[in-house]
Amino acid sequence: MVTVKDLAKMEDLLLKGNAACAGCPIGVALRTTLKALGRKTIMFVPACCTSVVQGIGPGAAISVPLFNTAFETAASVASGAAAAAEILGKDVTILAWAGDGGTYDIGLQAISGAAERGDNVLYICYNNQMYSNTGIQRSGATPLGAWTTTTWTGKTEHMKDMGMILIAHRVPYVAATSVGYPDDIYEKVKKAKEKKGFRYIDILAPCPPGWRFPSDMTIRLGRLAIETGFWLLYEYEDGELRFNGYTKLVAEGKREFKPVEEFLRLQDRFRHLFEPKRRDDILEEIQRWIKERFEWYLSLAKI
Amino acid sequence: MSGRRVIIDTGNSAVAYAVKDAEVKVIAAYPITPQTTIVEKIAQFIEYGQMDAKMIRVESEHSAMAAIIGSEAMGVRSFTATSSHGLALMHEMLWYASNARLPVVMAVANRTMGPPWNIWADWGDAMADRDIGWIMSWAANNQEVYDFTLISYRVAEDKRIVLPAMVNLEAFVLTHTSMPFEICGEETREYLPEYDPVWKLDPDDPIIMGNLFSPADTMKLRWDMWESMERAKKVIAEAIREYNERFNRNYEGLIKTYKMDDADYAILSMGTIGEEAEVATDVLREEGLKVGTVRINFFRPFPREDIIKTLNGVSKVIIFERSSSIGASGQIMQDLGQSLLLEKMQLDVNDVFIGIGGTDVSYEDIVNVVKKAIKGDLAPLYWYGSEGW
Ligand SMILES: Cc1ncc(C[n+]2csc(CCOP(=O)(O)OP(=O)(O)O)c2C)c(N)n1
Ligand code: SF4
Repeated sequence: MVTVKDLAKMEDLLLKGNAACAGCPIGVALRTTLKALGRKTIMFVPACCTSVVQGIGPGAAISVPLFNTAFETAASVASGAAAAAEILGKDVTILAWAGDGGTYDIGLQAISGAAERGDNVLYICYNNQMYSNTGIQRSGATPLGAWTTTTWTGKTEHMKDMGMILIAHRVPYVAATSVGYPDDIYEKVKKAKEKKGFRYIDILAPCPPGWRFPSDMTIRLGRLAIETGFWLLYEYEDGELRFNGYTKLVAEGKREFKPVEEFLRLQDRFRHLFEPKRRDDILEEIQRWIKERFEWYLSLAKI
Repeated sequence: MSGRRVIIDTGNSAVAYAVKDAEVKVIAAYPITPQTTIVEKIAQFIEYGQMDAKMIRVESEHSAMAAIIGSEAMGVRSFTATSSHGLALMHEMLWYASNARLPVVMAVANRTMGPPWNIWADWGDAMADRDIGWIMSWAANNQEVYDFTLISYRVAEDKRIVLPAMVNLEAFVLTHTSMPFEICGEETREYLPEYDPVWKLDPDDPIIMGNLFSPADTMKLRWDMWESMERAKKVIAEAIREYNERFNRNYEGLIKTYKMDDADYAILSMGTIGEEAEVATDVLREEGLKVGTVRINFFRPFPREDIIKTLNGVSKVIIFERSSSIGASGQIMQDLGQSLLLEKMQLDVNDVFIGIGGTDVSYEDIVNVVKKAIKGDLAPLYWYGSEGW
């Protein structure tokens, strides 16, 4: 397994001077992804924060070829590119790189089409659980209770389970990981790269301005999300579901999930659940949802 | 693979043969009447080993256009076909093709937009996309469908142009009507060289397409598209001339004129109505009326100079349009209007809406209207048959 120290030594294809906010999870997620994929990669990026992070043209802070495409088309443009790569006999990774809005919501149909056809695309969603580019609106990936600029008193629904949607497509590889563990991201991207067909990785991406936490806590929150079971580390491969990291330890009975409050309390998007009046109803519902979701995964997993 | 030969087949087959002869490598499409048989035939060519290409059976037209944008951006010649609602769904991606300077070619089986559901001919679907920077041709018969598709690839990929192109053929009147036409087979190679893109996505020479640009830089990009489209007038004329020489055709250019040399009155139209107008012209001539016809083959770029030149000396123009810009006039009328203003010319004009929603248009309908117009009995903006409604 690669270590974070090893990662630091590898060639950086996301250049310094990019336009990300301080503490931006894209910095970690994309940098690590490109380290795993190398230069023989072509990126397709729909409207999202990464459209901005790459910098203002004609310059750019990303060193692999990249096509900026329409919001709902990361998967479909990538499908065409994958067909072209096959015609040309080119050994490249066709990488669709999108936010959760472009993935869970407006891009879902194109993803489902590409997954069903088995197009040779690696699709990675960096999941900051809202539309950040347009100013922090709710998405299908926003969790219950979270403040956004279209859910001022907290979102009233749970997040959608995109990973399960992809697993239901029986694609060769589905994984969930978190910016809290760059080594895990690296290993998963590396593994996905070696497979053919439609592959999906969902990277939980704590976003300081969107989740409302100080910019030096991105990694800590990426880890707490896993340690509380709010997000799971898993891989679905060759028809089998397996857990990784802390999630695996919990599944094996060697650890327990921490109370989700430890994760929620550090983010001001959940502040209204604690003050002025504690909202036990919502807090308990989130805790219940975590338990129920994990049991669902456990019932499908190989431990 | 064989050389030139005449076959009897539909307009949709003509498109499919042209795509095969152009050695297109990636096709992505979604079914919609009356485009379907284009894609079915291409799928047959590929599956039966007559064509070496990849077909992506996408889940929507939006994805069809997105997918060929992806393949073209990789440097591979690509194609799609659609109609009406499918074209409307693609709208957003049409901008990506033109603004990213990707010379894809698309056939559009011109069909009425609903509601009500109506699968018959109407230019309105394509007219809604006329301002996007696509080259647009309108065919009047299956030979033109085939030829315009090849000419479109040649012009679109020309390094002086690099814009996408749309070949329009009217629903059923052409898509499903069989007539003889000649295909060029492998002789196409000499006319249409292998695709050599001006830019492509290549890890050996990485570039980024379409990130954030300043307003001033963006304006320059639009200006460059404008200039390319203007230049396309010349490049299309060149491409047609060479096509004529190589394959024994006699296309005039961006427009086709018929008996215009001594005409007092001109009919101006496109597509199959434009061809029907030639029959009407003969009938009117027999009655002693000096009528001629101007048929627009390429609507974008709009052949302003050619049209104005041929209309010089004409006292009246009667336009026949299978679409209307509701609340204004017909789209051809609008472009004729800008042409007249720019050339400081004045003309008596009637704009006639006919064949909308796929109603049949015969030469007799055209003869009747033209006679009324010449007598001065016609409203400037006239819906054919509306006096009975
Ligand atoms: C068709 C369309 N609708 C809306 C938009 C506006 N828009 C641009 S980015 C964006 C949100 C992106 O959210 P997400 O995919 O989660 O990525 P993030 O901004 O969080 O990185 C929206 C709504 C658009 N570009 N295109
Ligand atoms: S809003 Fe969040 S995801 Fe977007 S650039 Fe800033 S930190 Fe990164």
